[in-house]
Amino acid sequence: MISAVAAAPAPLTPEERRLIAALKSGDETAFASLLSQYQMSLLRVAMIFVGSRAVAEEVVQETWLGVIRGLDRFEGRSSLKTWIFRILTNTAKTRAVREGRTIPFSSLAGSDEEPAVDPDRFLDASHPTWAGHWSDYPQSWQQVPEERLLSREVRTRIEQAVETLPANQRIVIRLRDVEGFPSEEVCRLLGISEGNQRVLLHRARSKVRAALEPYLAEDVE
Amino acid sequence: MTPDPTGSMTCRELVELVTDYLEGALPAHERVRFEQHLVFCPGCVYYVEQMRETIDRLGELRQESVPPEAERDLLQAFREWKAR
Repeated sequence: MISAVAAAPAPLTPEERRLIAALKSGDETAFASLLSQYQMSLLRVAMIFVGSRAVAEEVVQETWLGVIRGLDRFEGRSSLKTWIFRILTNTAKTRAVREGRTIPFSSLAGSDEEPAVDPDRFLDASHPTWAGHWSDYPQSWQQVPEERLLSREVRTRIEQAVETLPANQRIVIRLRDVEGFPSEEVCRLLGISEGNQRVLLHRARSKVRAALEPYLAEDVE
Repeated sequence: MTPDPTGSMTCRELVELVTDYLEGALPAHERVRFEQHLVFCPGCVYYVEQMRETIDRLGELRQESVPPEAERDLLQAFREWKAR
C-alpha cells in the first residue's frame, strides 16, 4: 500500500506568529503563558524517559533554557510546540542514557502480546457459525450521558490507565492522542518506524479503551 | 467450513485492525472487508465508536499549570536573555 504523502507542516497561525514575535522581543507575559501551557505536558513526557520526577524536572528546566537560548534562531519552520518537544525529547534521551535508562522500542516482541480484547468476549472456534464473533457485544457509548463521559472520574480513569502502560506504549499514546502530534512527527521524535509506532499505539489505545469500558457500562436489566 | 455471513472478517480480527483502519493504513482490500463487516455487525460498530471516543477523551487530558519555583527561575532566565 502506498502510504499517504506526509503533509507539509501547517503554516503558523496568526496567533502563533504573534506569540513568537512577543517571545523574541522578550515579552515576559508571553513566556509565562508558554510555560503554563506546556509545563505539565513536558513533565509527563520527560518522566517516561527518565523515570524519576526530580530528574524529569531538571530535564524540563534544561529544555526551557534551551528554548530561551534558541529563540533568536527559531524560524517558525515548525510550530513552536513541535520545536519545544524536539528539544525536550533530545534532552530527555541524553539524560536517560546518562542514567542508564532506555525505552525499549525495538522489541516489538516485548512481553506484551496481549490481544486488544479479552478472548472471552468472542465465541470460540467450536461455535458452528459465529466463531470469532462477539459473544458479548460492546455497548454503545452514545447512550452515556454527556456529563458522565466528560467527568473528572472518567479523566482520572483514563489517566490511570495511561500511567500503567509500559513506557514505549505510554510515550506513543501521550505524544499522539494526548498532545496531538501527527504520526510522522512522533516517529521523528522517537526515532521509530511508522509500523512500530502503530503497533504501540494500537496496544496502548486497546488497553485504555478496555479500562474505560466497565466504568461506562450501563447496568443491563 | 461454514461461510461467514458478515463478509469473512471476524470480530476478533477486526478489533486488531482498528488502529490501522483509523490511521488509514489498511490496504484497500482490507479496508473494504473491514467496512463490509461493520455493515452487518453492530457490536463492531460500537467497538469502533468506543475507540474513537477513547481517543477524544485522551485529547482532553492536557493540564496547564507551573510549579511556582520553576516559573520564577525560568522567568529570571528569560529576563537575563532579554537583557543580553
